[in-house]
Amino acid sequence: MELVTRALAGNRYALARLISLIENDGPDAHAALQAVYPHTGRAHIVGITGAPGTGKSTLVNELAKHWRSRQITVGIVAVDPTSPFSGGALLGDRVRMHDLAGDPGVFIRSMATRGSLGGLARATGDVVKVLDAAGFAVVLVETVGAGQAEVDIARAAHTVVLVEAPGLGDEVQALKAGLLEIADVLVVNKADRPGAAQTALALEMAVGRYAANPGERTEGLWQPPILQTVALNGTGVAEVLEAIERHRLYLQTTGLWAERERARVRAELLNVLQQEALRHILTRIGEQHLHRLIERIVARELDPCSAAYSLLSELLHERGLK
Amino acid sequence: MSKPLRILIAKPGLDGHDRGAKVVSRALRDAGMEVIYLGLRQTPEMIVEAALQEDVDGVGLSILSGAHMTLVPRVLKGLREAGLEHVKVFVGGVIPDEDVPVLREMGVAGIFGPGTSTHTIVEFIRQQLAGS
Ligand SMILES: Nc1nc2c(ncn2[C@@H]2O[C@H](COP(=O)(O)OP(=O)(O)O)[C@@H](O)[C@H]2O)c(=O)[nH]1
Ligand SMILES: [Mg+2]
Repeated sequence: MELVTRALAGNRYALARLISLIENDGPDAHAALQAVYPHTGRAHIVGITGAPGTGKSTLVNELAKHWRSRQITVGIVAVDPTSPFSGGALLGDRVRMHDLAGDPGVFIRSMATRGSLGGLARATGDVVKVLDAAGFAVVLVETVGAGQAEVDIARAAHTVVLVEAPGLGDEVQALKAGLLEIADVLVVNKADRPGAAQTALALEMAVGRYAANPGERTEGLWQPPILQTVALNGTGVAEVLEAIERHRLYLQTTGLWAERERARVRAELLNVLQQEALRHILTRIGEQHLHRLIERIVARELDPCSAAYSLLSELLHERGLK
Repeated sequence: MSKPLRILIAKPGLDGHDRGAKVVSRALRDAGMEVIYLGLRQTPEMIVEAALQEDVDGVGLSILSGAHMTLVPRVLKGLREAGLEHVKVFVGGVIPDEDVPVLREMGVAGIFGPGTSTHTIVEFIRQQLAGS
């Protein structure tokens, strides 16, 4: 595919068009991904997640600057929610990333969630693959840690950085989203604000709950460090970068890198299978038949579970439906 | 499935007010568009780079400083040089009447003076970008 060839050869506009093609899931998207895939698997994928306003974009800007000072190239995918009412989105993460402008070793792309269930993880994961294949050594994915979709994206990363900030409520934000279990590095940003130490302490106690059972072997296991930063002026960011790099080495030396890769591929494969199977089934059933079934369920002649089971068994036995 | 329009909103130059740009950004979002908001004090080069990376259909420039006659041509030239001549450029802000035809001649797709309703702006951009 010519667009893929040009994008992977370093043409930045071709790269941008390729990302759009994949994001819009157009007719050529599958062929493009097929051509991209053999070139993936080299980037260190780092998820940056946390509640809105904690300073994720500011931190991404600072982290990218550190990597660039070591000649390491950085791709950034910044995800913000699509408005469920209008289908539009306000993508404002670039406002905090002005320092990266003009650097050919950086490519930033803003993405809206576009609200499809499970589709977010898929599209974002595919855009990450494009940046990986284009040769960016680190790919940073910024997401609002708010729900299952974001957890899925975070899970697709090798290293997950969870960003908290003091004064965003009494409770540690991440506890609600269940993100703490998947965080590899914990950052309390806005350490210039009062309450940072308390937030760090709350995190430490919360992390303790997920730590290994007493008596279990813990040496050699990754302990998520809890670090404080002032992303606004760069304080503490070098330590975050070191922690991310240490985590990469840890994954690589323990064989967990490959294991995570397998888990990710499995989840992705199952996700596609699930979506495609459902689409296939719905096409086979047909809207009319589905409608009739729904009416029967509403009339309490059937329950949803039995309806689904009998549909599946009919489909599997290749009997006619109509 | 129709894809949402993608619009970059930026404030080139040195003036420090982005209230208008933010109001327009929200109106475009509420009209179903994906708005990439770039913020204040952008050079034309930064705007062109962002338009390229984000693969936008249109660029909205908010200029209150009076520097539109130097900033707008640089953005247009940069877009052309980057192979983005298809990207439509809109300008909002305080633009004297005599500059309007000149900007149009340069290739600006729409000019919105102070007090233009967001409804008018949204409809105009929609019309201009129909088929993008
Ligand atoms: N006081 C303080 N403010 C910060 C710090 N980091 C970011 N901010 C501010 O917090 C706000 C939200 O930052 P942003 O990076 O957009 O957060 P995001 O929504 O998590 O991406 C902005 O006004 C930043 O300038 C910090 O370390 N200290
Ligand atoms: Mg952000």
